[in-house]
Amino acid sequence: MSDDGSLISVRQVSKHFDAGQSILSRLAGEPRAAVHALNGIDLDITRGETLGVVGESGCGKSTLARCLVRLHDPDEGTILFENRDIGHLKGGARRAFNRRVQMIFQDPYSSLNPRLTVRRMLSEALTVHRMRPRGEIDGRIAELLDLVRLPSDAAERYPHEFSGGQRQRIGIARALALEPDVLVADELVSALDVSVQAQVINLLLTLQEELSLTVVFVAHDLRLVRHISHRVAVMYLGRIVEIAPTEALFSTPRHPYSKALLDAAPDLDPAKRTRVAAARGELPSPLDIPPGCPFNTRCPYAFDRCFTERPTLDPRAPGHRAACHLTEFAGGLPEQSNEAVAERQKEENRA
Amino acid sequence: MSAKTDGLHVRGLCATFETPRGPARAVDGVDLDIAPGEVFGLVGESGSGKSVTLRALMRLVHPPGRVEGNVAWQGRDLMAMKPEELRRMRGGEIAMIFQEPMTALNPVLPVRVQIEENLRAHTDMNRRERRARALELLDIVGIPAAARRLDEYPHQFSGGMRQRVMIAIALASSPKLLLADEPTTALDVTIQDQILKLLLDLRDEFSMSVVFVTHDLGVVASLCDRMAVMYAGRIVETGTVSEVFATPHHPYTRGLLGSVPHGGAERTMLASIEGTPPGLASLPAGCAFHPRCEFATDECRRERPALEPFAPGRSVACFHHERVARAEELA
Repeated sequence: MSDDGSLISVRQVSKHFDAGQSILSRLAGEPRAAVHALNGIDLDITRGETLGVVGESGCGKSTLARCLVRLHDPDEGTILFENRDIGHLKGGARRAFNRRVQMIFQDPYSSLNPRLTVRRMLSEALTVHRMRPRGEIDGRIAELLDLVRLPSDAAERYPHEFSGGQRQRIGIARALALEPDVLVADELVSALDVSVQAQVINLLLTLQEELSLTVVFVAHDLRLVRHISHRVAVMYLGRIVEIAPTEALFSTPRHPYSKALLDAAPDLDPAKRTRVAAARGELPSPLDIPPGCPFNTRCPYAFDRCFTERPTLDPRAPGHRAACHLTEFAGGLPEQSNEAVAERQKEENRA
Repeated sequence: MSAKTDGLHVRGLCATFETPRGPARAVDGVDLDIAPGEVFGLVGESGSGKSVTLRALMRLVHPPGRVEGNVAWQGRDLMAMKPEELRRMRGGEIAMIFQEPMTALNPVLPVRVQIEENLRAHTDMNRRERRARALELLDIVGIPAAARRLDEYPHQFSGGMRQRVMIAIALASSPKLLLADEPTTALDVTIQDQILKLLLDLRDEFSMSVVFVTHDLGVVASLCDRMAVMYAGRIVETGTVSEVFATPHHPYTRGLLGSVPHGGAERTMLASIEGTPPGLASLPAGCAFHPRCEFATDECRRERPALEPFAPGRSVACFHHERVARAEELA
């Protein structure tokens, strides 16, 4: 993989969180359990693109987002921003990184300080990073509020005076105050009502065009991710199982998990109903990830090799990579042909 | 009003709460008819009154909240029922499941006790029969290794499994009507998908009616037979799911459908609804939706449109519904 063009490169990043241990198990000398939130993530984010990251709860997508802005330091691996390891940034360089990569949080109710007016909040961000001389700050705040389509009298108000959608706009304004290159949005709109979601999504799309931002959009809602992303990465138990241009992923997913995820999302067309559940079983505990392919406990196509050997993220088509032993699997094909593919590969495997 | 005796018939249901800023009418004159075996979707955004409607049906709105209106279930008036009679009805013929199973289940009792509790209250099974039935119920809702899991506590179950336990408890009394308040909202899509399919199977097996409250139009499209859209405490549109999705007649329904991204139009602007839903204590005069409505005229600002039928099985509360329906076809 070449490094040119990619703004952020994630290389073999892993992150574990220690889980609590009982005295009994410690006395018994059992190893300390750890939640394996990220297991060897490789990812390149190109300047100006929107990368969608999807997965179910516990798949590590939020941990990845937090690693990208250095709210967590990875246990293994490196994250490069413009080819510099962000873990080794010091002093001014670190501050510059903090300014250029901004995160917007999921919960607009808890991510804003309730005791600061919007003006204080924004001017704090502007002065800490010396974005503007003192005299120009008021003008800049008016500009920012206009950018996120908030009324100009919003500056003197406190967060509790705003609705959820407006608070999320304040969060966006605060991030944009620092003129960042990258926005990491973790479940940006999932706390909002549908009609308000659409407003915030529209705003994000416009701002990205106007300010040529790179956006990492972490979400569980496939429809939203499809709508706003150029590329999509599907995560499962701390790994990327498939990454592809949005259209390719949604029309022909090459990983059985991506297919299950797409099929499980309720279709908006009442005529397309099915009565068969798309995936069986539940996500295994991240404390105890199954050996082999992490999806083997739920995969309808799993065969012996899947239980012993972990598939690597291999190319399927230009820009399209998937981690599955069934290299010919394609979600667009009818069910029988995918089963035939699985049969054939089982045979090959035995031979 | 029809004299039908089967199913659920609601007329003029209102729920009012006292607030420092005056009375807030969370539910304002809701009419519903739910046939036996029907899955009915009640859609709306937060604060639209959909959950309060569900609770008001069962008289679960406590003072100082007030409920008025007529609720007839199988020809019996739930509003006039004596408390002990109503208790037998709740969790018996009419069961409820909630959004957050962890707060609805008792954390200090094994799930077996919680299922058997319902069996003891609503059936005349003896101890052994109850044990057998509890096991059977966990099997029906698709919990693997049911025999072992019966003696576990709610915290030992995952979110999806807890919701299945809730459904098992609800089913224990073989209900004829299931009131479901966003039971899948807190779950992941693959688990939500499993639970929705399970509900459909159970509907067929037990031939119960289901009232399903949700904010997710995708869930309505994949689950429900008929639907009602609520805004600011009132129903603004009803009809069969396929008809409402094909040609919405209320501008709010139209806006909601446009707000959800559709495949094939990536990175384009969504047809969002400007503004935010009004507070219940300060509803605008006339049609509650007019400040956000692109079709609004002086008539809408003056007068509140009533929910009126315009085609078989379809009703809408909008003066300009024909214009709205045509606009949809043009788009």
